[in-house]
Amino acid sequence: MKFVYADNNATTMVAPEVVETMLPYFTEYYGNPSSMHTFGGQVAKKIDSARQQVAELIGADPGEVMFTSCGTESDNAAILGILKANPHKRHIVTSRVEHSAVYNLCKYLAQNGYHVTELGVDTHGMLNLNELADAIKEDTAVVSIMYANNETGVIFPIEEIGNIVKQKGSLLHTDAVQAVGKIPINLSKSTIDLLTLSGHKLHAPKGVGALFIKKGITFAPFIIGGHQEKNRRGGTENVPSIMGLGKACELAKKHLAEERNGVKLLRDKLENEILQKAPDARLNGHKIHRLPNTTNLSFEFVEGEAILLLLNEKGICASSGSACTSGSLEPSHVLRAMGVPFTAVHGSVRLSLSRYSTMEEVDFIIEHLPPIIRRLREISPYGRDTKVKGQVVTQVSARP
Amino acid sequence: MWDYSEKVKDHFFRPRNVGDIEDPDAVGEVGSLACGDALKLMLKLDGSGRITDAKFKTFGCGSAIASASALTEMVKGKTLSEAAKITDNDIAEYLDGLPEQKMHCSVMGREALEAAIANYRGLKIEKPVDEGTIVCKCFGVTDNKIAHEVREHKLTTIEQVTNFCKAGGGCRSCHPQIQAIIDEVWQKEKEKVMIAKSPAKRLTNIQKMKMVQEVIERDIRPTLQADGGDIELIDIDGDRVTVSFRKSCVECPSSKVTLKSTVEAKLREFVTDSLIVEEVSS
Repeated sequence: MKFVYADNNATTMVAPEVVETMLPYFTEYYGNPSSMHTFGGQVAKKIDSARQQVAELIGADPGEVMFTSCGTESDNAAILGILKANPHKRHIVTSRVEHSAVYNLCKYLAQNGYHVTELGVDTHGMLNLNELADAIKEDTAVVSIMYANNETGVIFPIEEIGNIVKQKGSLLHTDAVQAVGKIPINLSKSTIDLLTLSGHKLHAPKGVGALFIKKGITFAPFIIGGHQEKNRRGGTENVPSIMGLGKACELAKKHLAEERNGVKLLRDKLENEILQKAPDARLNGHKIHRLPNTTNLSFEFVEGEAILLLLNEKGICASSGSACTSGSLEPSHVLRAMGVPFTAVHGSVRLSLSRYSTMEEVDFIIEHLPPIIRRLREISPYGRDTKVKGQVVTQVSARP
Repeated sequence: MWDYSEKVKDHFFRPRNVGDIEDPDAVGEVGSLACGDALKLMLKLDGSGRITDAKFKTFGCGSAIASASALTEMVKGKTLSEAAKITDNDIAEYLDGLPEQKMHCSVMGREALEAAIANYRGLKIEKPVDEGTIVCKCFGVTDNKIAHEVREHKLTTIEQVTNFCKAGGGCRSCHPQIQAIIDEVWQKEKEKVMIAKSPAKRLTNIQKMKMVQEVIERDIRPTLQADGGDIELIDIDGDRVTVSFRKSCVECPSSKVTLKSTVEAKLREFVTDSLIVEEVSS
């Protein structure tokens, strides 16, 4: 069966050029970059070239790029590294819509002696910047706010946020895992102090990420061990994946215009036609301030997991913020923070494209998704006539 | 990935008996849009009180739809009293099992059936039973319902409670209350055991062994497992009970204290005062 991959915010296909770049580092150039001999030492030089490629994509200095194992590690290293380097500061500011790597880390820190302020968002998923200014205190060690949201694609005005953070004398970390490679980022003229990126969201393999640490920032290592990464991250480098990440960043830079035009056109067509064909559907997230590849739609009266199962049957890969797909019973904290009614959260579907998505694939989704919604609505006891917002329709118990 | 049996998939992709019955004899509705799943069950009965037709409508995930479809197949041809005996476990078994975290789907099926039967018998929905206080605000679950599930399915952890009735699956702020309900239910059960056991009576060796085993399974292991540890009963010789710690208990510096304050104390409390508990390393 042919399949249509529309879940690129979850992970992406590794670009064939990236695979090709990586292969020699398994069997030919397998030396340890820390070794004294040329066989290992030459690999260290290659890592520096990958560092250069990553730096170029985000407008950083290569010395500001530290390789890690993933986005979650970068987030942990950034926040914990700053807290460790500033032990007298005990306050963190973050948002209610962060990825779990930041969201749960902050929850953990709140239980362990830190004070955490979570900023809310409006119905479009946007922050109130006045609230941010008020939240930052003298005691604030770090403000961690994402660049773009993984569920809705909503982009925060990160430079404005950075200006406020700077004025108030704190540091800004941003989880840019979803933004890097999809929209232009230039850190050379930026107010961002630390930035997280992840390989597998931009057509590099899983298991590699990077953390940008602006020159001059005092940072204590998160993984303690050898002298690798300028003593900032112990552990022998994951050479093939780092080389892959470098290549993926080079490709991403080349294709940035394509994301803005080609991918966005496909996304807009997908979104518009589905909203047109399926009644009682809505868009979650700001229509303009959004990644070019992401659309998050809610369908009333039906449940997300059931939608995904039927899409899966057609070979379409998507994801949902529904409670039943979250592994717990908790529906998406992002959509809830935006005040999306429970009824719409349960029926939410996220479709995320990439530069490998085609018009044919988009047409295939447009053809199959609306009938799936219709089919589930035929099974559903709810519909327009029984439209009830949020409250319990019947609470029946007839236990003996 | 979905961990569904072939039978669940079959009933999800090809649900039986979807729709409405015109002029039904019994209707049961449970759940709500806000909760994330809801089920409306409709029954048609013949003169002798036998179910001749059953139809449903469900809002919910794959296993909710499959559970409702299975339920309609199961009740057809049964009398109401026969149908009333169907439990959530029966529904899960009919589907060759449901994933742990989806057990509440089968619970919803049984509740809809109960509601339909009550509706047919002209009973007012029995409020008093579930008139308790709402504990889980996210899913509107009362303390009475949680206690019922804890007793019915012998649940010992909050996670299990969430799997069976969703309580505690949202914001988690009610977790301490749920834990208190679990503790209270099992405390009451213990008291029942205490009453049942006449303290003066001498135990035979067989009775003693059985009781030691029961107390370890019911009162000691769940506590240790909650902290990542475990215990195994090695031998019982007269009043001497030999156990061995497992998992994290093995390394735990306070396991000696646990041995006396938990293991021995519980066994003395529930079996007989003269017991001495000793540990052997495995």
